[in-house]
Amino acid sequence: MTSPAYSASEMMTVAAARALGNDDICFVGIGLPSAACNLARLTHAPRLTLVYESGTIETKPTVLPLSIGDGELCETALTTVSVPEMFQYWLQGGRISVGFLGGAQVDRFGNLNSTVIGSYDKPKVRLPGSGGATEIATGCQRIYIVMRHNPRAFVPKLDFMTTLGHGPTGVERRELGVKTEGPVLIVTDLCTLTPHTDTREFEVVSLHPGITQEQVRSATGWDVRFCDTVVETQAPTTNELETLRDLNARTARAHGTVGGE
Amino acid sequence: MSKVSTLRDAIANLVRPGDRVALEGFTHLIPFAAGHEIIRQRIRDLTLVRMTPDLLYDQMIGAGCARKLIFSWGGNPGVGSLHRLRDAVERGWPHPIEIEEHSHSAMAHAYAAGAAGMPCAIFRGYRGSDLVRVNPNIKFIQCPFTGEELASVPALRPDVSIIHAQKADRSGNVLIEGIIGVQKEAVLAATRAMATVEEIVDRFEGIGTNATILPSWTLDAVVDVPGGARPSYAHGYYARDNAFYVAWDAISRDRDSFTRWIDGVRNSGERS
Repeated sequence: MTSPAYSASEMMTVAAARALGNDDICFVGIGLPSAACNLARLTHAPRLTLVYESGTIETKPTVLPLSIGDGELCETALTTVSVPEMFQYWLQGGRISVGFLGGAQVDRFGNLNSTVIGSYDKPKVRLPGSGGATEIATGCQRIYIVMRHNPRAFVPKLDFMTTLGHGPTGVERRELGVKTEGPVLIVTDLCTLTPHTDTREFEVVSLHPGITQEQVRSATGWDVRFCDTVVETQAPTTNELETLRDLNARTARAHGTVGGE
Repeated sequence: MSKVSTLRDAIANLVRPGDRVALEGFTHLIPFAAGHEIIRQRIRDLTLVRMTPDLLYDQMIGAGCARKLIFSWGGNPGVGSLHRLRDAVERGWPHPIEIEEHSHSAMAHAYAAGAAGMPCAIFRGYRGSDLVRVNPNIKFIQCPFTGEELASVPALRPDVSIIHAQKADRSGNVLIEGIIGVQKEAVLAATRAMATVEEIVDRFEGIGTNATILPSWTLDAVVDVPGGARPSYAHGYYARDNAFYVAWDAISRDRDSFTRWIDGVRNSGERS
């Protein structure tokens, strides 16, 4: 197998795509998650079911949407339901296996902030807010988090906990009696992390090719742990890269912009 | 009696200063023309309700229409921040704005509860979220049968809901297709409601028996406004003007360029 040149962003998208299988029913967000989900569908998981919160079920877009409610999603979907129905019957009803989330900040237990930087009443930066995230995090069976790795994003303490991961000390999710698993994977542009079985603290399990433990440490705002047997993430294959680049090129042509980010 | 009206009359008759107003449309069919008419008529002190305040509410907030915003996601989809919303929240320009912040699931359930005439919505949500700490309208109740702790928020009951749809017939029944969002719930939850449409037709052709149609008697006014959702899109009519969403970032970034742009809206005539 050749190992073609690729960017850190492409590695992240490919690593996230690989976490999805044919049997998954995936609640997709815009941006990186959408790229990863559609890459999975176009490579190893052609029967992967994609659901967008705008109500489109079993959608098969040929280009990546710029927004959660693009016409492309509806036109290529099996059916389109209302937004209340999507959140009531499909998400709350427990019919979604995987939800993708990101945010401005994540902590070591996979809790997320997408609301404010600074205080809530006098924010330094006002972010978009929850959107679907708060209930996606508890309604889907499992959560995958995709985020770029830097100390501003990977913080010891969130400014605001929009979305529950495993809880501020890793135990609150269980104590609240939430029945779904919560975040089980974080994919970044440097590495992948999974939660420790007992503490639920995320640990690095694989480093992307060429990335060192020191790079991950300096990009993480807490004293990040590494599991006993850290492996190297498999580099993107030629097929994965070509498929992703084709998808991005189609998207850019369709939208007249740079897509895929 | 026909409910067909002009945009100017419909807004003047239905939207009053201080009202709680919902202009809905989930990325698709956003009623821009109606919102611009509210800006032109300088209707102030509104509580604006919308799951996804994007460019239209950024414009209305920057124009000084809003006293309060009830929302669940505020951003420029695929582009970035809403600079006018941020300026109002972070620096109080053009005046301070109160916010009541929810999640999508809460807003969707709250509209459905409003449509159903219920006082509150009950759902499985908000567990572990700091939103509970900053929004006193989020409470928890216990299921009387299973004991499960469930979230509850007040039903959304707008004074006025405004939507854009593809077609109305001569009697004022309104057909909406594609991504339908929360528009049906928003209309049924409201005290007064109006729809702008791409066209008025003699009869709806080629639709299935389960098409989403709002009967004329659920609406107070129907207005023929072709292109009334631009720069968002209307399924079957026109695509989203993505370039404008990108351009809005620069237009809205500083107060002067925004003011020049919004003066253009204020000084333009009704589009229909």
